[in-house]
Amino acid sequence: MDDSKIEKHTIAVLVDNEPGVLARVIGLFSGRGYNIESLTVAEVNNADHLSRITLVTSGTRMIIEQIKAQLSRLVPVHRVHDLTDEGPSVERELALVKVAGTGEKRIEALRLADIYKATVLDATLTSFVFELTGTTEQVDDFVGLMAQLGLVEASRTGVVAMSKGASGF
Amino acid sequence: MPEQKLTGAQIIIKALKDQGVDTIFGYPGGAVLPIYDALFQQNDLRHILVRHEQAAVHAAEGYARSTGKVGCVLVTSGPGATNAVTGLLDALCDSIPLVCLSGQVPTHLIGNDAFQEADTTGITRPCTKHNYLVKDVNNLARTMHEAFYVARSGRPGPVLIDVPKDVQFADGVYVPPGEVKHKTYRPQVKPEIARVEEAIELIANAKRPIFYTGGGVINAGPMAAKLLTQFVKTTGFPITSTLMGLGAFPASDAQWLGMLGMHGTYEANLAMYNCDVMINIGARFDDRVTGKLSEFAPGSKKIHVDIDPSSINKNVAVDIPIVGDCGAVLEAMLTMWKARQKRADQAALKEWWGQIDGWRARKCLNYNRTEAVIKPQYALERLRDALRGKDHYITTEVGQHQMWAAQFLPFDQPNRWLTSGGLGTMGYGLPAAIGAQIAHPDAIVVDVSGEASFLMNMQEIGTAVQYRAPVKVFILNNQYMGMVRQWQELLHGSRFSQSYSEALPDFVKLAEAWGCVGLRATTVAEVDEVIEKMLAVTDRPCIVDIAVDPKENCFPMIPGGKAHNEILLGPDDSPSDATPEDGMVLV
Repeated sequence: MDDSKIEKHTIAVLVDNEPGVLARVIGLFSGRGYNIESLTVAEVNNADHLSRITLVTSGTRMIIEQIKAQLSRLVPVHRVHDLTDEGPSVERELALVKVAGTGEKRIEALRLADIYKATVLDATLTSFVFELTGTTEQVDDFVGLMAQLGLVEASRTGVVAMSKGASGF
Repeated sequence: MPEQKLTGAQIIIKALKDQGVDTIFGYPGGAVLPIYDALFQQNDLRHILVRHEQAAVHAAEGYARSTGKVGCVLVTSGPGATNAVTGLLDALCDSIPLVCLSGQVPTHLIGNDAFQEADTTGITRPCTKHNYLVKDVNNLARTMHEAFYVARSGRPGPVLIDVPKDVQFADGVYVPPGEVKHKTYRPQVKPEIARVEEAIELIANAKRPIFYTGGGVINAGPMAAKLLTQFVKTTGFPITSTLMGLGAFPASDAQWLGMLGMHGTYEANLAMYNCDVMINIGARFDDRVTGKLSEFAPGSKKIHVDIDPSSINKNVAVDIPIVGDCGAVLEAMLTMWKARQKRADQAALKEWWGQIDGWRARKCLNYNRTEAVIKPQYALERLRDALRGKDHYITTEVGQHQMWAAQFLPFDQPNRWLTSGGLGTMGYGLPAAIGAQIAHPDAIVVDVSGEASFLMNMQEIGTAVQYRAPVKVFILNNQYMGMVRQWQELLHGSRFSQSYSEALPDFVKLAEAWGCVGLRATTVAEVDEVIEKMLAVTDRPCIVDIAVDPKENCFPMIPGGKAHNEILLGPDDSPSDATPEDGMVLV
């Protein structure tokens, strides 16, 4: 076991949607000193009150295994899947990006948005709010470009992910 | 039959009874008055009134640890709950099954900074195995039963249920404890047989094997301890154990090497360092045990049996992990060992025992026997001899006396040794002793204590007097926080910063003030007489003040950050050059 290499993992966790469950997960990360690079959570099964947490974390192999074991032993946790380990998966992030400006910069922003397949959610004479869906890298690139064209603010969901193929969670 | 409506408070009492609870430790307050009212109107459930909520939890731990049952606690909101926090974390660290009920302000006031309000589930979340806030009285019975299931299943631990006062008054439906099929929490009890096979092969081919066992064997119940003993006897291997595992294997047996770790025996630590196959059953590679991780049993293959998957590969990477209940795994191992007619390598084992006997010959627990002053080790040896053959339980506080008790008192049965291992809570021993005494009224229960630890929860003598619990507090009084003083001497240039026990009370008069028996020994000759008098007291607590050598240090000792083979055997071993700077930061 190479214990020095830092790996980045996307982990999906199915939990009971009950008060305190998110605090339990976050408390585990802060209490034990693990990283959270991103975390998203929303109810995915209304009838059974189940929420799906997708989190991106990094650490040595030993730490990643610990994170999964620690998550699994929380009482309201149903299942823990390491999407990075368990074969190919797709990952997406949604971002809202506000850009303000006029003239050539404004036109360039719109042109780049078109290339990145971002849609315009709000437009004024001096600003746009773009919606962009893509991988973390694509969102990083787009936000980076907008920084030179009047970026005001960006809001990102963090990664949601799912394994490829027919089998489910 | 029409649905029976009960108040929330009645539901709690009924659920406790249906869970087989006969004793609950607690302290009343505004937010639990309905529950205390319901308690008043019944006779099956005995309530033990403590003097401080921390002690209620420790007493429940003592009750749980000495009986194998789930301990129960009842505290009020706000300060009641926050006072219980130390005890809850103590139980979490040592995997003691508890259910703690706390009162809460009424639901409509939650979040309003009401009188005696605390975010109890928030505060106790990292201090419990799980916790609940019950806002609907119709969920109360189910939550109670689930709490007991979670507390005692898998790796046991404390579970807290926070119950707002209006929920205690409200009428709701009671459901009895059915077969629990928890939707998420189903710990793996039975091991994977393929892993057990691998383990058996490794064990059978070992040249220098050692069993390293822990509290998991005790938690798995007396049967697991029997199976362990059988397996160890069958193989003929040496065995050592952690502080929490003492008593699972009889200390009177020749294969017993004593405790391992920071203050473990020379032979246990050297055998761990030199072993080729380590069989860890229900221990967790705690830092008190491993010392320097990179030099921990460097040439060994490791088997690790644990019911908690998160314990595996946490601190030490192992070769054969086996997730399961220690009892179930030991049973599988023993059955397979016999079915396949395995036999240990006798020639190698003989040579290994020869090496171990060489380490044993160092007699690492020797101390300077003198008539001039009572050595703490001597007092414990005399206590050991006086207790031999008598039905007894030992609790301890935390510090030097705790380590000496672990070294000098032999445990031949599980559930007889109650100590705060993981959290190291001074003040644990007296309330734990009361809990054990309540559970075993006819047994002798001795709290081996230090004068500083005793002061932390001494108010509980009042509880012991009230319930005529004849606990014995055996204070090894060295007038110092001894372990702090020892580290200051060895690692901080003998600058005894704040470790002197100034302004101590007269413990004999203190005992008398409570109407119990106080005894004192200041000379070696008085020790036996005092112990004899102490054991003769059966109707009230007894506080014994043994004036021991204030300068005595606890050896053997592996300084922080050092490996097992760098163990210090006595005051003549120089520690100054032995402790690296990165070791100094370790506690």
